[in-house]
This record gives sequence, structure tokens and C-alpha cells, in this order.
Amino acid sequence: MAIQRNPVDVVIVGLGAAGGVAALPLATAGLTVVGLEAGGWMTRRDFSPDEIRNNYRDWPHAVQKANREVPTHRPNPQAPTTRASSHPMMNGVGGTTLHFWAQAWRLNPWDFRVVSETTRRYGRPRIPAGSTVEDWPFGYDELEPYYDLLERETGVSGKAGNIGGTRHDGGNVFEGPRRREYPMPPLRSTGFLDRMADAARRLGWTPFPGPATVNSVRYDGRSPCLYHGFCNKGGCHVDARGGTHVTTIPKAQATGRLQVVTRAHVTRVNVDAEGRATGVTYVTGREEIVQPARVVLLAAHVYENVRLLLLSTSKAFPRGLANNRGQVGRHYFSHAQGGSVSALFPFDLNTWYGLPAQGVAVDDWADDNFDHTGLDFIGGGNLWVYSDRRPIAAASTGTFGLAPGWGRQWKAFIRQNADRTNTAYLQKTTLPYEANYLDLDPVEKDPLGQPVLRITADFQDNERRLTDFIHDKMERWYREAGAVAIQRNPLGTMGPSTHAYGGTRMGDNPETNVVDRWGMAHEVPNLGILGASVMGTSGARNPTLTLQALAWRTAEHVARNWKSLL
Amino acid sequence: MSASGSKRRALSRRALLKAAGAAAAGAAAGAGGLPSAAVEAGTPPSGDTTQAPPPSPPPTRPREPLQALSAAEADLLDAVVDRLIPAEAGSPGAVDAGAVRYIDRALAGGLSHLRETYRTGLAALDRYATMTRGRPFRELGPTDQDSVLIDVETGGATWAGAGFDGSSAAFFALLLAHTRQGMFGDPFYGGNINYIGWDLIGYPGVRLSAGPDDQRIDVKPAPSRRSAYDTDMFTRAVARGATRGGPDGDPA
Repeated sequence: MAIQRNPVDVVIVGLGAAGGVAALPLATAGLTVVGLEAGGWMTRRDFSPDEIRNNYRDWPHAVQKANREVPTHRPNPQAPTTRASSHPMMNGVGGTTLHFWAQAWRLNPWDFRVVSETTRRYGRPRIPAGSTVEDWPFGYDELEPYYDLLERETGVSGKAGNIGGTRHDGGNVFEGPRRREYPMPPLRSTGFLDRMADAARRLGWTPFPGPATVNSVRYDGRSPCLYHGFCNKGGCHVDARGGTHVTTIPKAQATGRLQVVTRAHVTRVNVDAEGRATGVTYVTGREEIVQPARVVLLAAHVYENVRLLLLSTSKAFPRGLANNRGQVGRHYFSHAQGGSVSALFPFDLNTWYGLPAQGVAVDDWADDNFDHTGLDFIGGGNLWVYSDRRPIAAASTGTFGLAPGWGRQWKAFIRQNADRTNTAYLQKTTLPYEANYLDLDPVEKDPLGQPVLRITADFQDNERRLTDFIHDKMERWYREAGAVAIQRNPLGTMGPSTHAYGGTRMGDNPETNVVDRWGMAHEVPNLGILGASVMGTSGARNPTLTLQALAWRTAEHVARNWKSLL
Repeated sequence: MSASGSKRRALSRRALLKAAGAAAAGAAAGAGGLPSAAVEAGTPPSGDTTQAPPPSPPPTRPREPLQALSAAEADLLDAVVDRLIPAEAGSPGAVDAGAVRYIDRALAGGLSHLRETYRTGLAALDRYATMTRGRPFRELGPTDQDSVLIDVETGGATWAGAGFDGSSAAFFALLLAHTRQGMFGDPFYGGNINYIGWDLIGYPGVRLSAGPDDQRIDVKPAPSRRSAYDTDMFTRAVARGATRGGPDGDPA
């Protein structure tokens, strides 16, 4: 028989980027909170500058729940289904913020109004065929206070380009208006980044240092970044990166009202006969435990949020919780993260140190920052060049067709060029489509015998055309900076990704969206859903700051409207 | 609530290396492919009435006790990695860097789930060499060794009855990735002896902090020559999960 825990006000499933943020406003408001986390605590001692461990043996990703639940993927229902060997996300208090790149982008105002803005500027037919994209239920202005709040709670460094509608050169002049400057100046530049910024300016573009949830100076009692070069999939040995494990979670614990339960594997959300959530069931070791709660917040990343809902069938919800309209798993997309561009320079760049968030960005070709009249796509891409190189990766870089992959000639190539290559990371607008969705895999199971998630998704024409366009821009930028060879890397298909979105989309219309404008399920008023699964568009941005702003907003809504939710 | 710390420490391995002396042995071993070439070209000295000896594998250099591989597998791997990252005059290669020691220790530890993959793959590689080139891999000259490896790399060796478990290309990709890890990874794991790999590509080494001058474009920081685990600052955990052995994964 399952062990019954004492009821609490709120149970949060997953203490990562989203759940780790939501705990703070709830606990501060006086609510009792249990945070269930599948992983354990990690400390600075776990974050060694070790490329083999971080980047090649999937540590600290290894030995975790997520790796036993990797979703399957097929580009379309006719294609064969494949399954990757490891999950892109991790378990642990702090979740993927333990090791993420920590780029702290706000969405552009356009991203909230893709349908109406595209229609207004270019006409309705420019919305790609088959896309299910909708405007968000609110605009950038609604989220701006929460962006501002999160930038201060987690500690974001950067340079403003638009304060209250006034342009500030040196920052991102295309960003939506912000109420004030970032709490910290940007991470420092480097010789190579200066060179790239100069080249961008010669092209007439407007380069700027990107925002990062990484301390550029001492902040909130935590160290500034030491730029040692092992941030990419590695944890921070001085807590300079503002993961929730060193920011919002300890603050929530300090209220005395957040109880963190580690090694908790949540298996279902429980409901009563009226279809209201009553709490969750989880497994730890060999014990099955029921945690009753008056409000349930799912914050387990896109894939696990959707899977838990689909697994939580009941009399009231025979197709999965909050899924009586069949919208759970719909409007799924993952970011067009593939399709990078690599360059070879005829001189050493000295990019051995730094971090993926220490870079120079160009937004001139992102979102709707340029005229799309006469183009065959909507949206755009953020050009991102950064200082990050480790030895095995440097030795594993492509050879631009100038040498084979091993042997004497390869050795000569790598000896000369290991520090002469750079790869730009190009995040591009990706849209939801009718053809792309998540459901339960009919074959593959996790160790408890529950089906894993199945991704049916592929990029469509809009993403492919956009990729070609952005490749051209990036190649031009690299060549202006002196590159002598360019390699365009393919977009690939839409498999499991850290930048996954949708599946429980947010919107006013319950026929096409799972959660309302506050993040609460249309069909289950005391069930909230946190994370990028509620996002209906991605922009050309990393999702974390946006999903954290949304998570805080939902938690604040729960606290402020506590009586009406019960 | 921290259940993780003690468990991870229990999994820890001792820092075994830092045996700078081992590098001296490696320095002499550079010319891996030459002996078989000598066999092909050589005739017995005049006046020698005995029969020419059959081709024999090159002599095995002394090595530390193996943890996972058999001696024959380690010798074969040495011959393979010597073609992947060859030693040249004044420029040591993967044999000198201890790439095979890296692989051996990995197969006894964090990558133990790949032990059988190596056993099957190495046997298939040698069988393929014998079937198609007439001799085991170690007895072939460098050109034939390279052509065998190209067949394995491209998947051309997959269907030859050699016994690869799946595509030979997958096994080659694993070999190449692990050879690079053994050449360019942290010496803690048994490879990159004397920082041979890092010196080759000019990596200035592990630092806990890098200043603005360390990121100037025309400055080369002095090599740090240290492992991540030279101090007691970090837990010496050993990865035990799956690995693709491939390039950097999805960025976050």
C-alpha cells in the first residue's frame, strides 16, 4: 500500500528552471510547499573542469531518471522510430540550470504576436500552411515585470538596448522596452569577440554582448565568473551561474515552508471524482508514496509534463489529465538549434577559455527586425558567436574538406588549426504545426513499465528556408572577420531537444490550448503547468528566462487567488 | 536531504596516474608500423641457411597490468591508434599518449558496458584484416593497415563475414572517439601522458580561472600542465552511464 504523506498547500513536480523559481513566491506568500525532485543535490565539488566527464560521458547527466525515459522520435508517422541513447535534460535540484549555457534572453515583442503582426504587415497568407501558431493571450508588456524580476532574482548580466522606449547603443536595440538596465554589466569581451563585433559594424549591423544568468561581478553573495572554460555542460565551481539551486530554491527553503524531497520519481497526478487534482503519487526506492496537495504544479520539462498528463488517466479524464479536448501533446516544436555554421581562420583565435554565454550577438536578422517582403519565410535567427573551446572538442572539429579525419594529414591539420575554428550557434524561429505532436510510444517502456513519450515532428519549409537565409548572413559575417573556409551544418530533424516547446500550450481558447493565460489547466482549475510546454512560440531565443518569468507569474497567481482556486 | 554525496564517493576511483615515468617508456615506441615493412623488404643475410622466419608481429613493449583488455587486444589497439594519430619525428602520437591505457581503464570503469563491443569489434577487425589482406592487422604494413581501417570506417567491412556486431563504421567511430579522448582528455583518465595531446594542439591547459589577458587574440597563455584532479578540490566521480562517445551533444 502506498504511504500517505500529510497534505500540503502546493506540490511542485520538478525543482529545475521552472519549479525551482515557482517555489519562492509560493513559500514567501505563506503557503506550504513540497518540491519533488527526481535527482539529488549537487555541490561545487561535483563540478570539476573535466571534459571527459562533462561532455563525453554524459555526466552529470548519467545515472538519472530522465535517461531511462528518453523519448522516441520519428519525423512523420510513415518514418521509422528511433531512440537516442541519452536525454537532453537532467535531474537534480536545480535541474538543467545546473549546467545550462545560461543565455538569458527575453522574447521579442513580435514573438507574442506572430499571427496578428504577420497579418498586419504582410497579409494572412504569409502564415505557413499547416501551422497552428496563435498569438499569445497577452503581449510582451504583460511579461516585462516578470522578466525584470527574474533578471534580479537569478542574477543576469547584460547591456540594455531599449530602456522605456529610448534606444541605448551598445545593447540590443531590437529588444522590447525594458524598465531599467540589467543588474550587472555584461560579461567581458575577448580579442576574438572584439574582432567579430568590428566586422559586424563594418557590415552595418548592430552587435552587442548577450545577456547571461552568469555573474560578471560579485552579486547576491556569489562569485563573479572566472571564465575557466568548462561551463558548457559542466556545473560552476564557484556558483557564478545563477541556477535555481543557488538562487531561488535556497531562498524558498529559508522561509521554512519549502520541503525539498529528492530521489522522488512522480508516476501520476491523482484526481477526485469531480476531476480536481488531489496530489501526486511518487516512487522513491521501493516505496510508493502519495503526496496530497490542494494545488499541483507540474514543472518536469516539456516531455515529462506531457507524459505525466497522458499517463494520469482517470474516469474524469480517460485520455489523460486535462486532455478531454485532445490538446495535450499538440502544438509541439523544438528549436531549430541545428544548422550551425563553422569557420576556419588563418590565425589562432585563443578561444580556449570563456563560456558559451560570453559572446557577441547580432539581432538584425532575428524575428521581424527586417522587412520580409519578397522573402519566402517569416521569423528569423539570432547570430551568436562565443568563446568556448575544449581540447577533445577542438581535436574533433571538422576539417573543412582540407584533411581526412585521422592519420598523418589529419594530425598536421589539427596541429595547425585546433585554435583557428569557430562555430556560430544560430537560433531560429520555429513554429508549431498540425503534423508535429507528442504522444505515448506504443512499444518502448521505462523501467516501471510505463510508456515513454513519442515525438512525431520534423522541420517544415519555413524553418528550412529561414536556415538558408541565416546561413548566408553568418557566412558573410565570418568572411568579413577574415575566415578563409566555411562549413554549413545541416538543420537535421526535430528530435529530442533541450529547447522543446508546447504540448500544453497557453491560450484563452480551451479548444486549442491546455492551460489558460495564467498557466492553470482549462479542465483542472487547481492544476498549474510550468515550463516551456506552455509556450506557443519560441522566438530565436533560449527559452529559460521566459519560462522562468512565466513560472513566477503562475505561482504568484496561485498565491494571490488561493481561495478561489480551492 | 543530500543522499548523493556519500554514494558518489563510494564510486570514486583513486587517482592512479601521475606516473611521469610511464611517459619515458612511451617515447621509445613511436615507429609502430615499421617492423612489418622490414619483414616484407628483408631477405635473410647471405650464408644463413635457415629458412626465412614467418612474419611475426612487432615486439610488444612493456606495459602496466591491464584492467580490462587482454594483452593481445591491447597490442592490436596500440597498432590501430598508431595509425589514427601516428607518431612522427619530434611529434609523439596516440601510442605515446597512452590512448590504449585510457581505453583499458575506461572499459574497466565508466565505460564497462562497452567491454563486449570492444572484444567483438577488435576480433572482427583482425579477422577482416586476415581475410582480405592475408595477415593479422599487426603484421600488415602501414598502407595495408590504413586500407583496412578505411574499410572499417566506411562500413565496407560490415558484410565481409568478419563478425562485426552491426556496422563496422559504428565500431570505428567509437575507436576514433576514444582514441581522441585518450590523446586529448584529462590525464586523470590514463591518457594524454605528459600532456602530449594538449601540447600538440596548443591547449594551454586546465585553469580554475582565466583572466582578460588569457583571452587576447595574439597571446598564448603559458601551459598550466595540470589535471582537474591535481588538488582535492573536486570529487573524483566516475561516469557510469551510457555514452555515445561522439561529439558535443545538444547545447543547453
